Amino acid sequence: MVTRPSPPGIRPLPTEARLIRDEPYYEAVGGEIALFEAAHASALPVLLKGPTGCGKTRFIEHMAWRLQRPLITVSCHDDLTAADLVGRYLITGNETVWVDGPLARAVRSGAICYLDEVVEARRDTTVVIHPLADDRRILPMEKRGELLQAPPEFLLAMSFNPGYQSVLKDLKQSTRQRFVAIEFCYPDAALEEKIIRGESAADAATAAALVRLAGMTRNLKGNGLDEGASTRLLVHAAKLIARGIPAAAACHGAIAEALSDDPEMLRAIDEFAASVF
Amino acid sequence: MTVPLSATELGKRLDYLLGPVLSPRRSAAPLAQALSALDRRQQDFVLHWIEVIDRSNYEMAYQFAAAAPAALGRLDAAAAEAWIIHAMDAYDRDGLHHGSQEFRQFEAFSRQATATHAATFAEYAPVLELFVCGLAGRRLKLETADEAKTDTETLFLPPRIALFPDKADNCAVYRILATLLWAQCHYGSGQIDLAAICAARADPSRAAALLAHFESLRLEARIAGLFPGIARAMARLRGSAPDPRCAGLAAPAATVDDSIALLERLYGAFDPPALPWRLSLHAGANAVRAARLARERNALAAALAGLMRQHPPPASGGVAPEGRFSIETGQSAGENGGSEFTLRLDGNPVAPLPQLARLIDSILQDLGSIPDEYLQAAGDGHEQTGTGEPQTDDESEPDGHDHGAHFYDEWDCKRRHYRRNWCVLRETDIEPADGAFIDATLDRYRPQIAQLKRTFEMLRGEDRLLKRQSAGDDIDFDALVDGYADLKSGMELPERLMTRRHKAERNLAALFMVDMSGSTKGWINDAERESLVMLCEALEVLGDRYAIYGFSGVTRKRCEIYRIKRFDDPYDDTVRRRIAGITPRDYTRMGAAIRHLTQRLGAVDARTKLLVTLSDGKPDDYSDHYRGEYGIEDTRQALIEAHRAGIRPFCITIDHEARDYLPHLYGPVNWTLVDNVERLPLKVAGIYRRLAT
Repeated sequence: MVTRPSPPGIRPLPTEARLIRDEPYYEAVGGEIALFEAAHASALPVLLKGPTGCGKTRFIEHMAWRLQRPLITVSCHDDLTAADLVGRYLITGNETVWVDGPLARAVRSGAICYLDEVVEARRDTTVVIHPLADDRRILPMEKRGELLQAPPEFLLAMSFNPGYQSVLKDLKQSTRQRFVAIEFCYPDAALEEKIIRGESAADAATAAALVRLAGMTRNLKGNGLDEGASTRLLVHAAKLIARGIPAAAACHGAIAEALSDDPEMLRAIDEFAASVF
Repeated sequence: MTVPLSATELGKRLDYLLGPVLSPRRSAAPLAQALSALDRRQQDFVLHWIEVIDRSNYEMAYQFAAAAPAALGRLDAAAAEAWIIHAMDAYDRDGLHHGSQEFRQFEAFSRQATATHAATFAEYAPVLELFVCGLAGRRLKLETADEAKTDTETLFLPPRIALFPDKADNCAVYRILATLLWAQCHYGSGQIDLAAICAARADPSRAAALLAHFESLRLEARIAGLFPGIARAMARLRGSAPDPRCAGLAAPAATVDDSIALLERLYGAFDPPALPWRLSLHAGANAVRAARLARERNALAAALAGLMRQHPPPASGGVAPEGRFSIETGQSAGENGGSEFTLRLDGNPVAPLPQLARLIDSILQDLGSIPDEYLQAAGDGHEQTGTGEPQTDDESEPDGHDHGAHFYDEWDCKRRHYRRNWCVLRETDIEPADGAFIDATLDRYRPQIAQLKRTFEMLRGEDRLLKRQSAGDDIDFDALVDGYADLKSGMELPERLMTRRHKAERNLAALFMVDMSGSTKGWINDAERESLVMLCEALEVLGDRYAIYGFSGVTRKRCEIYRIKRFDDPYDDTVRRRIAGITPRDYTRMGAAIRHLTQRLGAVDARTKLLVTLSDGKPDDYSDHYRGEYGIEDTRQALIEAHRAGIRPFCITIDHEARDYLPHLYGPVNWTLVDNVERLPLKVAGIYRRLAT
């Protein structure tokens, strides 16, 4: 059996392509940057906890840039199998060819592998990362009979939203207790205004109004909304407003409709928008 | 068109329909006379509705008959129907006096019904409730009252606003009122001791009105800073500019005391202008606030005690920890209802649970800061009562004995409308009985149970390896070797060379709803209990989530749901003994039971949700006409609601007449008849298997 690193026709992007060259915009909320750097230096895996749209993915991009490591992101879904992460044989012509999965590629190239929304993946999949996430730092590739030893630069990170109330979407203790956890939450009002202005061309008054609007929707969490408006949604609305869309229409499209389908809730959010602008 | 009925014919019908409320001094003749002037269609309409209203109350029917001739002159059929429903709702809610008053006041109703520009509370409240919750960060109740006011827990708003020709403006007035009332809670208007201030004046009501106006002006200025949109609406709708003498109230630092001082100055020299929004100050606000604070203080003490248990003092600490909490409130936010604070235990920050955070937030809203004496954890043993005061959580319940009750609408097929909050339903645990019955059943059906378990085991969802797939996780080497042979002999390499894992995951929740009516007495009850035991044994193997509830009750005021096994309960000895404890009770008012269990099942996260009813007959209840068409239609409506909620209802019955009504309720296929009661235990698990795989 012949193996080649990449078969003709199916050429995975070289990991270097995912090296982030320009600094991604990120405002530190607390000591998370120092914590992450220390975890990387100590070869510890990192778990990012927090609601959607509060900057987890942006943070990891920023850290990849800061540490100058390539970033490989895997968006987990409920059909994600171990083979999708580790790699599989493919048939080309009349021979089988091994192709590394994203996790194996990250280990080989000493990249940061970021498993986004890891609870969405099948439970058996998360077990694959166990030997990689403790002090062994190995990735067993059963089918090839190969044991990959992660280089010191390699870092495993994953994100997790503890806000899901479903019992099915919880992280197993055996998984979560291997990670250094960094909690993310919505930034406080002043910082959130700064972020909105940093991400869009919005003026100070618009940013302040959007933050107030977000606060009102976050008050509705558990009272009709599963989540309040995230910083990401506020940035979307701010970008639309900066392009000349009227505030009410921008908030309706970027925030209200993104949060709910319920007509009464939509109307209530529209009225928040009508009040703060 | 058919000939109208004569006064004599009408008189006969009315004598029959209204008999119980007629007397020698109150005959049907004048009614008949008035009705004879209507055309036949209208007469039929009136007679039909008299019949319908009779089911609720004869006097109401009489009042309707008396008002109908004049009302039908003004209202078309649709509006008249709305008028009748409106009056019957008032009767259901507030009794005969209010109901009959609504019938007499059809002119007012017709005026309101034709005024399309009006914003009504009923229509706007659902949105407003969310709006207020967003403002305040806690749920405030909304209710109607003649004047807008708040006791800091409930916002009272007028039932309808029709001040402006444009409906959007009238809605805006609601929004302004709600925001101002929230501001009253948030900016300290609730602290005013209204009685003391006004009693000192010659005209206390004038003083109260003035003070309320000054407070409104002060709060308008506060709101304007936060909500420019609302400020614009206020400026547009207010009509007149605020009096310059009150300008001081607009300063950001103005407090309640400034309003009171202004009252001193302007008491004799000022008349409040007529604004579209007029608020009052609630005399009882102080008391309600004090009661809430006492309650929240107790809850806080209990929550802090819980937190302390979670953070045990370090075993090897040099300094003995004191268990002292402190709180730092942030300055930056707070304008949004959501205040920011850091909670510390012995100087170390601790993360409060969301519930505790909400509690602290609510106290912060009332007091502005958390006094030290609030930050003491309750000692062991009195988490519930804290300082020893009784819990007052349910003080807002309309009447004490309805504590823990659920209210459900009921469908009235004659009215073709819901009766609001018509059924009162309670959920109770069933009394566990002796386990002997279960042992006997397990013994009796031992071979059958063993076989059932085997059958169900085969259904259990497990990974299956699918071979010879065109796409998959891995290579099917058998297929590849075969294919390679094909290739060598000159044929093409087949395409299906992969294996794929397919997980047939069972994602199903089933709720069994067991008839506990009196008619199940005897062997039906035995068969039901045996069926449940066999079902549980089988389902435990299958691993589906399931719950079992019994239902019964007498009249709409006493619908009962008996918990036998909730979704989270394990199938253990208690559950088995509860199954043994199922006893025949009263009647079967199915609509309310289905609505309640639909909610229970709706809260479960599963792709498929089954509501399986074990029943022995038609829906039935003591008196109030539930038997027959009314009950069947209400049940049907409840099942339609369940369907809409994504639930699949199914019925297993032993009623031989089931063919006459079950297809109407459950559709042609979603029910099954087990005609031999003794066979029920053997059949139920099999029926479930057919249903759920």
